[in-house]
Amino acid sequence: MALLEIRDVTRRFGDFTAVDNVSLSIEAGEFFCLLGPSGCGKTTLLRMVAGFDAPNGGSIWLDGKDMTGVPPEKRNVHTVFQSYALFPHMTVADNVGFPLKMAGLDAAAIKARVVEALDDVSLAGFSARYPNELSGGQRQRVAVARALINRPKLLLLDEPLAALDAKLKERMQLELITLQKEVGIAFVYVTHDQQEALALAHRMAVMNHGRVEQLDEPSRIYSFPKNRFVADFIGTCNILDAEVVRVESGRMRLRIDGLGEVAAIQTDSARAGDKGVLALRPEQVAIGPQLQPDPDENHFAGKVFDFLYLGDVTVYVVELPNGSRVEAMLPNSAPGRAKFFEPGDAVEISWRLDAGRFLTD
Amino acid sequence: MDSRRLNKWLISGPPLLYLVLFFAIPTLIMVVASFRYPGDFGGLAPLVEQGEDGRRVVNLTLENYQRFFSDALYAELFLKSFWYAVITTAVCLVIAYPLAILIARSPKRHRDLLVLLVILPFWSNFLIRVYAWMIILGPQSVFTGALNAVLGWFGFEPVRLLFTPFAVVVGLVYVHLPFMVLPLYANLEKHDPALLDAAQDLGAGAWQRFWRVTFPLSLPGVFAGAALVFIPAFGIFAIPDILGGTGGIMIGNVIKQQFLDTRDWPFGSVLSMVLTIVAVALAGLAAWYARRARALA
Repeated sequence: MALLEIRDVTRRFGDFTAVDNVSLSIEAGEFFCLLGPSGCGKTTLLRMVAGFDAPNGGSIWLDGKDMTGVPPEKRNVHTVFQSYALFPHMTVADNVGFPLKMAGLDAAAIKARVVEALDDVSLAGFSARYPNELSGGQRQRVAVARALINRPKLLLLDEPLAALDAKLKERMQLELITLQKEVGIAFVYVTHDQQEALALAHRMAVMNHGRVEQLDEPSRIYSFPKNRFVADFIGTCNILDAEVVRVESGRMRLRIDGLGEVAAIQTDSARAGDKGVLALRPEQVAIGPQLQPDPDENHFAGKVFDFLYLGDVTVYVVELPNGSRVEAMLPNSAPGRAKFFEPGDAVEISWRLDAGRFLTD
Repeated sequence: MDSRRLNKWLISGPPLLYLVLFFAIPTLIMVVASFRYPGDFGGLAPLVEQGEDGRRVVNLTLENYQRFFSDALYAELFLKSFWYAVITTAVCLVIAYPLAILIARSPKRHRDLLVLLVILPFWSNFLIRVYAWMIILGPQSVFTGALNAVLGWFGFEPVRLLFTPFAVVVGLVYVHLPFMVLPLYANLEKHDPALLDAAQDLGAGAWQRFWRVTFPLSLPGVFAGAALVFIPAFGIFAIPDILGGTGGIMIGNVIKQQFLDTRDWPFGSVLSMVLTIVAVALAGLAAWYARRARALA
């Protein structure tokens, strides 16, 4: 049995359904991300797991035990809050030792464990400091150390890096991955930042409107989004309105208004006449002044409309004859060249037929 | 003078002037008065006199302070007033704390109304409200009657409530309660609810959450409220006058007596000085504690 089982959980606030019949299970030792836009129900779900909120329907099982009616202080689950919620009147050592004190350990045992825990998060010299004397990253580490010190079954993290700047965020992400591996405790990590989820998770659930849209490993979610929302929310994606013309031997032809027909890999449920979108990642779109035609590729001519120079790559926005725009990504790795095209340049774009995915809404 | 400094003076000038005129100068007058001789018919003897040898002499003395320190009666009165003020502060704290938590944790739209209810008594005259307690605690009142009836069932003698130390403390608590509620509420309202969630999450039950999180964080409010209650309660004379009878007098009554009845202004000034010094010392201590507690918040 999984460590955490969320079974058909629903939570309503008046007419608003925050969490809509969600079921998922989390294994011991797993780093699991709940990803979704704000208001998608991910934080509500987390609060129900922690015990601060109760579902209107369904149940939550931890380690084989039904958690219904069990208050947060009696659950073997700890939370790292978005604001860290460090106790401002306690030193770092007292903050980290708090759960042990609540568990009734004696002062000497607490002290030894706190020293060890602070050592683990490289805060050995900070035990006498107060939270307001720490930087954002240090506070975050104290919060994590405090939540892990009495080894809960499960650690919940509610956007713990949201308040940090980009550089520090990346460093803390690496630290969290290492720490999670070391302690071996299952992490459930809530975030609205898709890059963060992709970077951290072993498995992740993409949520929208209180429902899980897709649950899988990050690379599979990125490469094989299940629907338009997931494709659009994770990474950047070209989305072209398309209609299935015909399906034949593992391939299908799609009509894109004003552009003509393109080929794509057949999706299981697609039938001729289905309407949907063609989702295409920019890095899978090739761009060049002239490209060799290939029967396994879709090929169009267009004009550079604009570009985004990002340092390692440049994203070119190419305008096609029907007025739709497609983003194509080009690595800036060619020596001696910073940039390949200017706005207005005539270019050709192509993508392999298995690059685009036909998705219905 | 540049306009920023001018603005600074324009803003801080009037309150400064007010404090100098109505606080610093009167205090200074009292300080000097406490070293002067009483006048023959009350008030103060002239400060500068033409001596017999024609030289001008300044009449200053330590006699008033000697009198204060040589008669234990006054120290006892101080101590008694101190205890009344301590009890009042403690009772106010015990009543005000739950009230302030209730207000701070009620929905935002109700809070203003609840705060208004706390300060509502200020809209009517202080003396009228204290006289009302005279009626409530009086021997004829329903309250006293009911209390004595209950005591009677258990075989106790009926008690008198009015003109007792009990009545004084009731009056003191009643009058000063809002001064405890307001700073406590102002403090508790600012607490981050996530801290209580975190404490609960980490294994703290309701009682632990209060003692380890809410209460220590509210200490600045506790000290502010305690100072606002203790200092006026220490020197008050109106409430013991009305509710205390002969046994319930406090140091404030004696000071008033020295100025208005005995007309010994220098000795009244001595008592006032001692009262002020004790109160300022205690307030300073409270402020120091409060600042230390706040520095961490």
